[in-house]
Formats: sequence, structure tokens, C-alpha cells
Amino acid sequence: MAERCAVVGIGQTKHDVKRIDVSQAGLVREAALRALEDAGCAWKDIDAVVVGKAPDMFEGVMMPELYLADALGATGKPMLRVHTAGSVGGSTAIVAASLVEAGIHERVLTVAYEKQSEGNAMWALTISMPFSVSVVAGAGGYFAPLIRAYIARSGAPEDTGIRVALKDRLNALKNEYAHLQIPDVTFEQIANSPMLWDPIRYLETCPSSDGACAMVLSSERAAASSKNPAWVHATSMRSEPTQFAGRDQVNPSAGRQCAKDLFKKAGIQNPRQDLDCAEIYVPFSWFEPMWMENLGFAPEREGWKMTYEGATALDGDLPVNMSGGVLSSNPIGASGMLRFAEAARQVRGTAGEHQVEGAKRALGHAYGGGSQFFSMWIVSSEKP
Amino acid sequence: MRDVAVVSFAQTPNVRREPRNEVEMLVELIPEVVKASGIPRDQIGFTCSGSSDYIAGQPFSFVMALDAAGAWPPISESHVEMDAAWALYEAWVKIQAGQCESALVYGFGKSSMGSLADVVTLQLDPYLVAPLWPAASHVAALQARKMIDAGRTSEREMAEIAVRNRKAALANPNAHLAGEFAVDVLLATPYVASPLRRHDGPPISDGASAVVLAAGDLAREVSKRPAWIRGIDHRVEPHALGARDLTASSSTRISAEKSGVGAGGLDVAEVYAPFTHQEPLVSEALGLPSDCELNPSGGVLAAHPFMTAGLTRIGEVAQRILDGRAGRGVAHATSGPCLQQNLVCLLEGE
Repeated sequence: MAERCAVVGIGQTKHDVKRIDVSQAGLVREAALRALEDAGCAWKDIDAVVVGKAPDMFEGVMMPELYLADALGATGKPMLRVHTAGSVGGSTAIVAASLVEAGIHERVLTVAYEKQSEGNAMWALTISMPFSVSVVAGAGGYFAPLIRAYIARSGAPEDTGIRVALKDRLNALKNEYAHLQIPDVTFEQIANSPMLWDPIRYLETCPSSDGACAMVLSSERAAASSKNPAWVHATSMRSEPTQFAGRDQVNPSAGRQCAKDLFKKAGIQNPRQDLDCAEIYVPFSWFEPMWMENLGFAPEREGWKMTYEGATALDGDLPVNMSGGVLSSNPIGASGMLRFAEAARQVRGTAGEHQVEGAKRALGHAYGGGSQFFSMWIVSSEKP
Repeated sequence: MRDVAVVSFAQTPNVRREPRNEVEMLVELIPEVVKASGIPRDQIGFTCSGSSDYIAGQPFSFVMALDAAGAWPPISESHVEMDAAWALYEAWVKIQAGQCESALVYGFGKSSMGSLADVVTLQLDPYLVAPLWPAASHVAALQARKMIDAGRTSEREMAEIAVRNRKAALANPNAHLAGEFAVDVLLATPYVASPLRRHDGPPISDGASAVVLAAGDLAREVSKRPAWIRGIDHRVEPHALGARDLTASSSTRISAEKSGVGAGGLDVAEVYAPFTHQEPLVSEALGLPSDCELNPSGGVLAAHPFMTAGLTRIGEVAQRILDGRAGRGVAHATSGPCLQQNLVCLLEGE
């Protein structure tokens, strides 16, 4: 029988295009110190550290956790480094939770980050290997055809993506840590922004950010002193292969199965009713309706209706991406953990201006690769 | 803690230049280790791998490897950007948490595609040390010099260690630097980075290895003699070389204590010591008794499949227990400059 696990501390940096005021070590330490302060504990209280980030080539440091061990107070302790593509921030939190659930540690510090300004992600993503196709267009070029396929399947109105972007950009104005904050942002402004990868416009895409996120996960015993723990009710991960003709990349099987497994573990029958909000990985606006279907919040081909009807707005029946989401802050390796952390902030009642009133149960979601890696968790203000 | 055992191990031959790519290596290796485990692939509850993008020379290199792992229908899967010994640790944790009963663990590396000595330089502090571009042997030489100055080893003893490991490797069909060498001949060769000579470092190897873990009853059901993991622990030390005692390995010592290495005799030890002077250093930190057989495979001085050499150490010990050749053994894995991070895994037959 697994031990209970709770989030008792959360910290994140101010995300920005260039955090030239800090080194990579300084960046992760800023988030870690805030998480420790929030948890009311010190470095000595931490038993192990789990670090996550996306490809090492983004900063040009190989296995940078070795260099970060000192800054993260990991020396003399176990330290793990997770890398599961874009889902890594979520996967990292799940590995950290497993250490508590297995009864191995009392308190685990988990940290995810990316300092994109120290490298060139576009370069790192477009290396040509012999006998393989190089994705020269980067992530946008890879995902745009999937979005077009979704539009063709669902018949969603063309402005669905603009509506998602507008909602997330307005939410970001309430989030002090968000990187992209566009005061007085309007529908027209987004609609008139340049088309990057049809149908993805400039203001419908995520930025490149420097940023880090950290959480202190603790056992039931260690959480006793916390006034507002976010209890981990379920975690799940699923992966599927890249080169497989039977894949549906628009509505991936791995995502559907991951959600199904997650809801089963958490005892959730009707996800849209049973959850108070969801923070999901939406790097391009159209992925909101696509994931609404993939997660089972909406029937197939009808996810866009949730956006259109305002169900996913901060005052809707299932608020989605209350923080402003990946569209507003994208330190890639940390992006998944920021989703997990936002879910926890909501149920702890510490989400500030973007708090969903009375949120008790929330979903954190991340995905990566070519829509093939998924990690999710459900946290609640109540013990499982 | 739940009882968890290694029930099968497989490795590719380690070679200087592997013509197959990573997926091609794994697509043959994974079915082999799964078949040997006696557990059907679709019943293995978790998959975890270890590798480095910098060795493959491309981002998300593990993503391609997943094509060989049997990930359809989708699987519960994770990856560490670490030696696959740590992937085994993550899988062990999942089983401990009751989230699965068995796990497939694999690791791979094709160091031949780049200049490994220069690539690992990128592990160093990116602002203060890496720009000086010290190669792996330069960094290791500082530690070797400390060991010699402290009277803990000598250039002759280091050459003897190289000779012993490479002689042992003659019995290991998967090693690629094996043979009988003469200490005096080796000592007459020039330094690579004083006090290290060419024989003091590991060969550059391409290879992959894999393990299947199973919990309690399942392990007993599929294996006549499971190699039980009696203890497993890992620790990291400060990164800066000046911030730690390079002649000791406190992380190995703590991990050995936590794993219960000293609680009984040891038949065999596989130690991940890529440079000769590190073998006595790690052996001492592990508290190896004098009658323990050390690196019967020839160790990483005979085959060094970077990113999975640690998992291979666990596999080499486990295989000896599975075969009935050993009763109790310890495996050690390391990562980072001058043994910065270490893992100890204690294995025992029933």
C-alpha cells in the first residue's frame, strides 16, 4: 500500500525572455528557495532532489544537474534527473511523488527549469541526423498540420484558436510570474498578428522563456504541520512510439489512456463535473480544444464548443489554464511542472488573482515529443 | 520494503564502432531480455531508460529508442538523462510504491559518434570550468595525482589494475579491450595527462544493456534463482573539484552503508571505475573484503558503454547470481567528473 503524498511548498521564478540577472544555478535556486519558504522548511529537511529539464542542448550543458547539485542543496543526498521531452516537468513531479509514496523519503524537493536564452532551441531541435528527416520548422511546423487535421475533423470555427489565446493572455495579466503580459490585449490584436505556421498566429503561440518551478512533496507525517497541503490523488504516465502508422497524433491513444487511468485511480466518474479546474499543456492555442477531447472533458469533435461557450474561462464551469498557461510562460523543461504546480496552488487556495473560487480538486497535465508522451496528476485539498 | 529482483539481463557486445544505430541495437536486445525474463512484454508494468542526448548528438534521442521498446499499445514509461543504473533505481521505486509488479530497464550509448573526452567536458560548470575545456583525462589526472601523493596508489599499481581487468575480460565475450599486457611495457608508454597513461583510461565503446525487474512472488514464479536487490542507494557530491576530498568517495561510502553491503560476505563486486586509480578508491569506500572477486567481467577498463555501463555492472553481478556462480555481490555505478555521483546496489540469491 502506497503512502500518501502532498504538495506542501511551491515556488517559481518570474519567467522572462532573458533572465540575465541569474546564472542557471541562480535560476533554479530562486524557485527552490521559494518552495522551501512556502513549505516552512530548510535545506536540511529535504531528503532527496529530483531535477527535470528538456534537452541538454538547449543550454549547452550535459547533464547539468551535476553542476546544479550544490545550488539545490543536493550534496550528500540522492539526486535524480528526469528527461521525457515536453512532458518532463510533469514526469519529474511524478518521480518525486513516487519516492514519497514508496515510503523511501519524507520530503523531496523537485525542480524543473529551462534557461532558453543561454542557447538556441531552434538550433537544438533541428540537427540533421543521417537517414532521418529533420524538423527544420521547429515545434510549430510539426504541430500545425495536426491542428489543421483537427479543424477538418471537427469543423471548428476558425477563430477558436484566437479565443483560446485571448482567454489565456487575459488570465496571464492576473499572474505576477507570467512572462508574456500584454495589457489591454484584444481579439483583433491576436487575429491581426502574423501567421507563423498556418493556422497558428504569432499571438497564438508560446514564447521562449527562462524560468524554473519547484515543489516540496511530503509524506502524510511531514505534511501534518502544513495548513494547506495539496494531496496527490493520482498520477499517470503514458508513452507511444514515434514511427508507427497506426497512431492518431490529433487525438493520441497515449493521452486518452493516461487520462482514463488517472481518473480511474482518482475515483472520478465524470471528469467535467468532478474537477474544479484544469491546468493543461497548450503550447499553441488550438491544443486547448484538442486536449479537451483527448482528456474526455468533451465528446470527440466538440472540444471547441467548450472554448466557444466560455466553459474554460476563469468563471466557466471548467476553468482551464488559469495561470495564462504555456502560451504565456514557456521555460520548456519547467512548463509541465508549472501546470502541476498551478493545479496544486488552486486547491491550496494560494493562486492569488487567478484563483478559482472554492477549487478543491484539480488536474495538472503535460505532454511532449510528437504528442506521444503524457504525464498527469490530480491533486485535492482533501486527503485521498 | 518489497522484495524486488533482477530476473534477466542482456547486453549487446560492446564494440569500438557499432554499425547499427541505437534503435537497431535495442530492437534486438529488448526482446532478448524480455524473453529471458519469462514475463510477457505486455505484462511488464513499467519501462525506464537511461541515455544522454549529448552522446547521440541529437535532442530527444531516447524518443527514437522508444520505437524499439514495444510501446504500442501505449506504455507507462519514463527516462532519466543519467546512466541507466539510475533508471533501474526509478523502476525499483515504482515497484516499491506498488505501482507495478515488474519493469523493463534499458540504457544505451554510441560514444563512437563523437569525441567522448571532449563531450563530457560539457558536464562541467558552464561558466567557470567548461570554457577552459579540460578533457575527461585531464580532470581525472588531478584525482590520480592526489591519490598518488596521498600514498594510496602508484603508477605501477594503476598499471597492474589495467592488466588485471583486461586479462579478466578475456573470459567476457562482450568486452572489446581484452588481452595479456605486461606492466613494465605499459609503464614505458608516454603520459596522456600525467600521471595517467593510455592504459589508465577506459576504451570508447558502443553498447546497450537491459534488465527486467520483478517483485516478490512474480520473481519467484518466473525465475528459479532471482537476484534479489537487498539494498540500493545513491548520492551526489559537490560538483566543484576543489570542494570535496578527491581521495575519498563519501557518496559511495554512505550508499554502501545504506545498502547494507557490510552486513555479510561478498563473492563478487563490479565496480564502475573508468580510471585505474579510481578502483582502489571505490573498493575502499564500498568496504570490499579481500576475498571478494573484483570485476570478473573486466569492468569498464575493458568495455565502457557510456550511459549504460552502470546498469551493466548491476547486470554482471545479477547474472552471476541468476546462474548460481555467486551468492552475494555488489554493483557500483558512477557519474560525473571524478566520481561525483555514485550508486550502490547489493544483490543476493536465495
